[in-house]
Amino acid sequence: MRAMRSMLYIPGNAPGMIQNATVFGADMVMIDLEDAVALAEKDAARDMTAAFLRSYDFGDLPVIVRINAADTPYFDADLEAIVPLKPFAVRLPKCQDAQDVTKADARMSGIEKRSGLPAGTVPIHAMLESARGIENAYAVATACPRVKALTLGGQDLTADLGIQKTRDGWEFFYARSRVVMAAKAAGIDAFDTVWTDFNDPEGLFLEAKQIVELGFTGKAAIHPSQVEVIHRAFRPDSREVLKAERIVAAAAEAERQGRGVVAVDGKMVDGPIIARARHLISLACHYGMEGGESR
Amino acid sequence: MNLAKNSIGRLVPLEIPGVGTFDPYGGAFNRILQSASRAAAHPVRKPEAPSRSKVAPGLKAAIERSGLENGMTISFHHHLRNGDAVIPQVLETLLQMGYRDLTFAPSSIPDSHDCVADYVRKGLIRRIWTSGARGEVGRMISRGEMEETVVIRSHGGRARAIEEGSIAIDVAFLAAPACDALGNSAGCSGKSACGSLGYAITDARFARHVIAVTDNLVEYPLHPHISIPQYLVNQVVIVDSLGDPTKIATGAARITRNPLDLKVAENAYRLIAASGILAPGCSFQVGAGGASLAVAAFVRDHMKEKGIQGSFGLGGISGYMAQMLEEGLFRGLFDVQSFDSAVTGSMTRNRAHMEIDPSWYANPMNQGCLVHNLDVVILAALDVDTDFNVNVMTGNDGVLRGASGGHSDTAAGAKLAIVVAPSFRGGVPTVKDRVQTVVTPGETVDAIVTERGICINPKRADLWEAARKANLPVKEIGELKKEVERFTGVPEPVETDQGRVVAVVEYRDGTLVDSIYRVGE
Repeated sequence: MRAMRSMLYIPGNAPGMIQNATVFGADMVMIDLEDAVALAEKDAARDMTAAFLRSYDFGDLPVIVRINAADTPYFDADLEAIVPLKPFAVRLPKCQDAQDVTKADARMSGIEKRSGLPAGTVPIHAMLESARGIENAYAVATACPRVKALTLGGQDLTADLGIQKTRDGWEFFYARSRVVMAAKAAGIDAFDTVWTDFNDPEGLFLEAKQIVELGFTGKAAIHPSQVEVIHRAFRPDSREVLKAERIVAAAAEAERQGRGVVAVDGKMVDGPIIARARHLISLACHYGMEGGESR
Repeated sequence: MNLAKNSIGRLVPLEIPGVGTFDPYGGAFNRILQSASRAAAHPVRKPEAPSRSKVAPGLKAAIERSGLENGMTISFHHHLRNGDAVIPQVLETLLQMGYRDLTFAPSSIPDSHDCVADYVRKGLIRRIWTSGARGEVGRMISRGEMEETVVIRSHGGRARAIEEGSIAIDVAFLAAPACDALGNSAGCSGKSACGSLGYAITDARFARHVIAVTDNLVEYPLHPHISIPQYLVNQVVIVDSLGDPTKIATGAARITRNPLDLKVAENAYRLIAASGILAPGCSFQVGAGGASLAVAAFVRDHMKEKGIQGSFGLGGISGYMAQMLEEGLFRGLFDVQSFDSAVTGSMTRNRAHMEIDPSWYANPMNQGCLVHNLDVVILAALDVDTDFNVNVMTGNDGVLRGASGGHSDTAAGAKLAIVVAPSFRGGVPTVKDRVQTVVTPGETVDAIVTERGICINPKRADLWEAARKANLPVKEIGELKKEVERFTGVPEPVETDQGRVVAVVEYRDGTLVDSIYRVGE
C-alpha cells in the first residue's frame, strides 16, 4: 500500500520545477502537458517531459503525465511520446463517457505493442470535468481495466455548470460524492481537484478534510506549500486512533476468551466497527503517525 | 611570496609587504587560548579647542584640516548600503585634491560602488582592506589589477584589527543620518536613516581623526539616541545628500515564497527543533536572505506555540527580528547593522533594541563578545565542501563576489551553526570536494542543510542522533554530493594562477585561513 494523499502539479515546460519534483514530500507528482502549458509550448513541454522520464531519477516517486485531450491535435503525439516511457499513469482529461476511454485504451495498446510492452502496462487516470462526465462516472471507471483512478476536474466543471466555486465548495458536493461512489464501486482510486488559492492554506485544509471524509484517496496540489496541508488533513485524529486501538485490543481479547460480543468505552462493538478500527490504525501507521499498534 | 600550509591544508602567505607578518590559521580558538595580554592601539589624537560648532566650511576644507597625507588609511562604514553616496563623493574629492596611494579600509564595500575600481586604476587607492568585494571591484581584484594584496576580514576580525592597531585609521569619514554641530551622531533618524551605526562606532573610537558627514544637521543636542558621542568627532561636514533613501532603507524584508528556499528553511528549523536548543533563554541570529529569514518565521511560530521567551536576538537585524522583540519572544535585541527600514523605528522606540559596536558583536580577542554566547545561527553559503568548509567569497568562476561579514564569527561562537543553501544553483552543485576559498572553517560548522537533505558534521554525533531520532532526512555529505552530481555532473575546477595571491582571507583571530588567486580572463 502506497500513500497517495497528494499529487503535485508541475508544468511540463518548467525544467527548474521538474528537477525539484522529489524534494517537496508529495506522494505523487503530475507533470502537465495540458492546461498549464501555452499552445506555443506544447511540443517543447512534451519533449522536455519525455526527456525527464527517460533520464531523470525520480526515485520511488510516482510520476503521472496529464496529456492533452482527444479533441486536440496534440493527443496522439502526447501518447506516442509518453506511453513508451512507462509513467505511473497517464491522466486523460475531459472524459465524457466510456468511449473516450476505450479510444485512448486502443491507442495506448497499439503503442505498447510497438514498444514491446505488455498491453495495459500504463494505467489511465480518467478525469471527469463536465456534467456529462460526472453522470457517466461509473461507466468511465469500468470502461477498461486500465482505468485505475477517477479524478475530478473542478475548474472545467464550474465552467460547464456556469457557476462560481465557493470557499466552502458545497456546489461540488454531488459531483464529489458521485465520483467517489463510482470509483469505490469499480474498486479504483478517486482524486479530488485542486485548491487554487495558494495564499489560503486554511481554506485548503477545510476542503481537504471534507474530501477525506467523503472517501477520496487523495487531492491535487498546485503549489508545494499545499502538500503538507493536504497531508495534515489526511492524518486521522489521534483520539480516534487511540479509540481504534482500544477496540482492536478488546476484540483480540474477546476472541482469546471465546466471547463474541465486545464492549469498549461502554458501547457494544461489532464486526464492521472492528474492521474500520483496523483500517484506521493501518492508515495511521501508513501516514507516519507515531504509535500505531505498538503503543 | 613565502607561503605555508595552515591547519586546514591551505597555502597562505607568512608576510604581506606593507601589511605585516601573519600566522597561518591553526584552529578556531587556538590563538585566543594561547594569547597573553595583547598590545592595544592607542590613537594619538589632537585635542580640539573648545567650540560651539565643529561644522567645517566644506568637505575639502575638512580634509585639509584632518592632516591626511598620501599613503595614509581612510575608513568608511557601509550602513547606507547601496544607497550610499558618501564613499564616491569623498573619493572623488580626494582625487581632485591630488591624493595618491591611500589605503581604503571600509567596514565593507556596498555592491553598487563599482567606482572604487576606477579610483584604484587612477592611483588614489593603493590598498583595500574590506569585508567584501563584488561587481567590478571584485573582478578588478581577481584579475590581478592591484599591486598590493587585498585583506578580507570578518566584522569581528576587523574590530580586533583596529583595536590591536593592525588597521590604523588616519581619517574616518562617517556618514551620519542625524548629527548636531558638535558631532553627536546617530543612524536611526533623518531622511537617510539607516538604523544602527554599529560599525562606525569602532572607527570613531580608534581613528586618528573623525569627520562626520551629514545631510541632516539637527539642533543641539541630538536626541534621544546618540550612536557616536561628540568627544570622538573632530569635524562635521554638511552635504546635500548622503544618498538615495530608497536604497538606504529598503522595505521590510519579506519571507520568501520560493518553495525551494522554504523547504531548505523547514529542514533547518526541524533540525533546530530536534536539537532541543529552542528552550527558554535561547539566543538566535539569522540573516535577511531568502531561506535564512524563513527559518526565523518557523522559529517564531515554534516559540509562540510553546510559550518560549528567548534571551536575545543578534546581528544584522531585520524588521522580522524587531517584530519578534515586540512580541516578547526575546528579552533584548543587539543590533550591529540594520537590514531594513522597519528596524529604524524599533531602535528609537524600544530600549530593549540595543545598538552595539562590532567589537561587542564579534571581536574574539576582547573580554567577551556576543557571538560567543549565541545558541543558534543560520548562515548562507556560495558553496561548501565535504569537510564542511564554507565559501562566501568567490563564485564558481573563482572571481570575488561576496563578503566575509559575520560568517566565521558567528559560526565559531554559536552552539549550533547551520549553513543553509539549495543543493545546486544554475546547474552547479553546492557541495564540492574542495571549495575555492575557505572563509569559515568546517570545524566551526555543525550542519549543512539543503532541500534534499541535512548533512551533519561528524564531530557532532549528538546532533546526528537527535536528527535521526526526529526522522529528519539526514544524509552523509558525500552521499548528497553524489546524488546532486548525478544530474548536474561534476564541475571543472576553476583555473587560477597559483603564483599570484590577489587577496587573503584573514580569520577572525588574525591568522590567515586562505588565499585568493588571480583568475585568468
